[in-house]
Amino acid sequence: MGEVAVRVGGQAGDGIASIGESVTRSFSRMGLHVFGLNAYQSVIRGGHVWFQARASDRRVYSQGDGADVLYALDRTTVEVHVHDLRPGGTVVFDPEKFQVDPKEVPAGVRTLPVPTLEIARKYTTQSILQNAGGIGAVAYLAGIPLETVQKVLSDSFGRKKGDVVDWNLGASADGFRYAEAHASVNDHAVAKQGPPRLLMNGNQALALGAVAGGCKFLAQYPMTPATSIMHWMAAHASSLGVVVKQAEDELASINMAIGASYAGVRAMTATSGGGFSLMVEALGMAGMTEVPVVVIDSQRGGPSTGLPTKTEQGDLNLMLGAGQGEFPRAILAPSHPKEAYLTAIEAFRLAEAWQTPVLIATDLHLSESFQTVDRDELPSPGPIASLLTVEPNGHSYLRYQYTDSGVSPRAVPGQPGLQFVAVSDEHDERGHTVSDIRAGLPKWIAERKKMMEKRMRKLEGLARDVHAPEVEGPAEAPLTFVAWGSTVGAVRDAMAELSRRNVATNLVWFPALYPLTPERITSALGHRKKTMLVEGNFSGQLGRLLRAESGFVPTFRLHKYDGEPFYPHEIVAKVLEVTPNGRQ
Amino acid sequence: MADSSVQVPQTTTGPALPVVGKSDVRPTWCPGCGDFGVVAGVEMALKRLGIPSHEVVIVSGIGCSSNLPHFLTPYGFHGIHGRVIPVAQGIRWANTRLTVIGTGGDGDGFGIGVGHLVHAMRRNVDMTYVTMDNQIYGLTTGQASPTSTLGHKTKSTPDGVIESPIDPISLALASGATYIARAFSGDVKHLADLVANGIRHKGFAFVDVLSPCVTYNKINTFDFFRQRIYKLESAGHDPTDKVAAWQRSLEWGDKIPIGLFYRVERPTYEDLEEGFEAGPLVHQPAGIADLSKVLDEFV
Repeated sequence: MGEVAVRVGGQAGDGIASIGESVTRSFSRMGLHVFGLNAYQSVIRGGHVWFQARASDRRVYSQGDGADVLYALDRTTVEVHVHDLRPGGTVVFDPEKFQVDPKEVPAGVRTLPVPTLEIARKYTTQSILQNAGGIGAVAYLAGIPLETVQKVLSDSFGRKKGDVVDWNLGASADGFRYAEAHASVNDHAVAKQGPPRLLMNGNQALALGAVAGGCKFLAQYPMTPATSIMHWMAAHASSLGVVVKQAEDELASINMAIGASYAGVRAMTATSGGGFSLMVEALGMAGMTEVPVVVIDSQRGGPSTGLPTKTEQGDLNLMLGAGQGEFPRAILAPSHPKEAYLTAIEAFRLAEAWQTPVLIATDLHLSESFQTVDRDELPSPGPIASLLTVEPNGHSYLRYQYTDSGVSPRAVPGQPGLQFVAVSDEHDERGHTVSDIRAGLPKWIAERKKMMEKRMRKLEGLARDVHAPEVEGPAEAPLTFVAWGSTVGAVRDAMAELSRRNVATNLVWFPALYPLTPERITSALGHRKKTMLVEGNFSGQLGRLLRAESGFVPTFRLHKYDGEPFYPHEIVAKVLEVTPNGRQ
Repeated sequence: MADSSVQVPQTTTGPALPVVGKSDVRPTWCPGCGDFGVVAGVEMALKRLGIPSHEVVIVSGIGCSSNLPHFLTPYGFHGIHGRVIPVAQGIRWANTRLTVIGTGGDGDGFGIGVGHLVHAMRRNVDMTYVTMDNQIYGLTTGQASPTSTLGHKTKSTPDGVIESPIDPISLALASGATYIARAFSGDVKHLADLVANGIRHKGFAFVDVLSPCVTYNKINTFDFFRQRIYKLESAGHDPTDKVAAWQRSLEWGDKIPIGLFYRVERPTYEDLEEGFEAGPLVHQPAGIADLSKVLDEFV
């Protein structure tokens, strides 16, 4: 197995993310499997930001544990990251900006001063062009052919005027040649593997899946790390026939989506935990009025405004409990962009089939990290079937008719003869309130009970309709990881590393976090020898859910709540710590 | 590519479909409540316009007045407190063939929901918003509302209100509503005229109805208004003159104007949103026709 990783660091405003994306996309076009992590801060200029592009000839699911090439646009980058370089690695920097003393780099790591500013001045007075020279040098060291990185650059500058493209092509070639003359390709570099792979982050995959799944309307208020869902949707609104509304706040966003859905259009909203907190009341309204709605919560470090640009899996308790009273909901949690695409399609199907809110739990790490996907992993969902079940028949229409499944015939405005009032107060089968002059009268006490049971019955069907827990790895492994969401990626990579060390592990993860039946949990976990819960939060929210639903208690726990994603080596270390011999 | 998930008739043909009338649910408002006049006026307006019941959606929030959708025959959405306007906009954008009317009280519209109101007005969404403004919280048994007058003693303000009231008319003028009127629930015919013209108006039509609470507001009563109101159209007011509208909006004392303050034509949100050019969203195809082409962008 081959694996090479490039890390780029500097200040916000230096163009770190675009350097990182260029390198990442060069790798994916070489047919490599890629993970691209953009680590940034809540500032527009300054501070310290960095990007890690990891590429391999096998699937990778996380940013990995080290780097082979470090392109430092400032000294801070050297100080923060140089010790992550693997032996044989190289620090690329411009000596015109600062020096790197060979003594400050770890043993076996080289330095490569590249005159990126001097290269840039050949073409323009705009110093940002230094990045192209740097990218060229990095490409050489990382084994990326010059024509590959140049094509990526010309594609990304395609809309700008010719000079800019030419300058970038020239400077990147100069940087590439400079590195070729003064250094050698990293030993870990991986050769081209085949045709290009698709490269997308979780938010793009969710937006793509939503539209493929029939979403016609998105209402959203900007909030990191969910905002790029709106960006992708807005950029594709005309071509894909979607209306995107940037609302005045998250209260409006979800209520607009519910209004649109009530009127027959598949609709959704997306936000992070703070915005989701504002949506909580309307979520209950969707449950009570039985209007389908899809809500994406891309979690970030909490509580309150917390760590806006850092990741966490801290909102599961909120998603489980959002809303006063009780109503059916589903919570889906993809772990990879390919699953994010399928999950969004599934969310719209489930929401419409069960006429109730469906939440998608993602987080900054999944939402914003770039991963490779193959075309055949993103199938078209096929025709979107109408799930409206009611036609005018001359009889009185009961929107909230009692049924075995709990799902009642649904009409939408514009259908003649089926008028009803969708109502947030408790109501009878016709949608007439039982909350005022009927409240507390014996007949209506009984009706309330029946209506509550009708709605909650939907959970039984939903529990069968959502995906069961997934099991990966050798069935008889002595240690089973238990995880959800983006953390699953780091666990998969840790499992591969442990396997290389002859430590067999497997994994149970939860594409659907709710509803979860005791039978499904026990069937996935009940017979495991030892288990390790890995969660990106303080208290172990999935652990609590599993215990509440089935009595399951993990043998070991690994929690992370420092804002950073899990690194495979942290999981490996925990396993070796609890099993000192490296064997269970 | 899939058909739209919803098969809603695109045209109304054949025999005329029933227009709006009373439903079989009777209002539960206190005898003499101003809101009886409002529901009668809305019904009268919709009847006069001859819009079939199934093409109308009446949206409301929470409060006494928000029960209104149940008393008429159109589609209704009776949601949570303060979110009438976002729900109404979502419905409107899903299906631009529908006539969408928001209704609610002063607490719903000018208190908890005022942020949405301002934005819907500046967007000039083509809908009608009728407030039943009784200057009190009735359903919660008599607390001060955003339009309660200074000094008004209520259960929550036993020493009298110390905050200046919101003036809905000048708020609407400042926010960019394109049809701004005040009605009185004691004059149903006039109210119905204003609502009917508001529905006919292309853009955000706002009708603030002085709708006395006979139980909890002993100041702003039917008599209080009968002694003070006069009609703008009888006073030579030119509703196309925004400055004059501003001047009239300042009148609240011995004389209180009702009628049309201001009206202007400007493009609606729906006119300007490209997504509606292909017809109502609910009738447009859903899904991605050429997924492979979209996936090419990710190479």
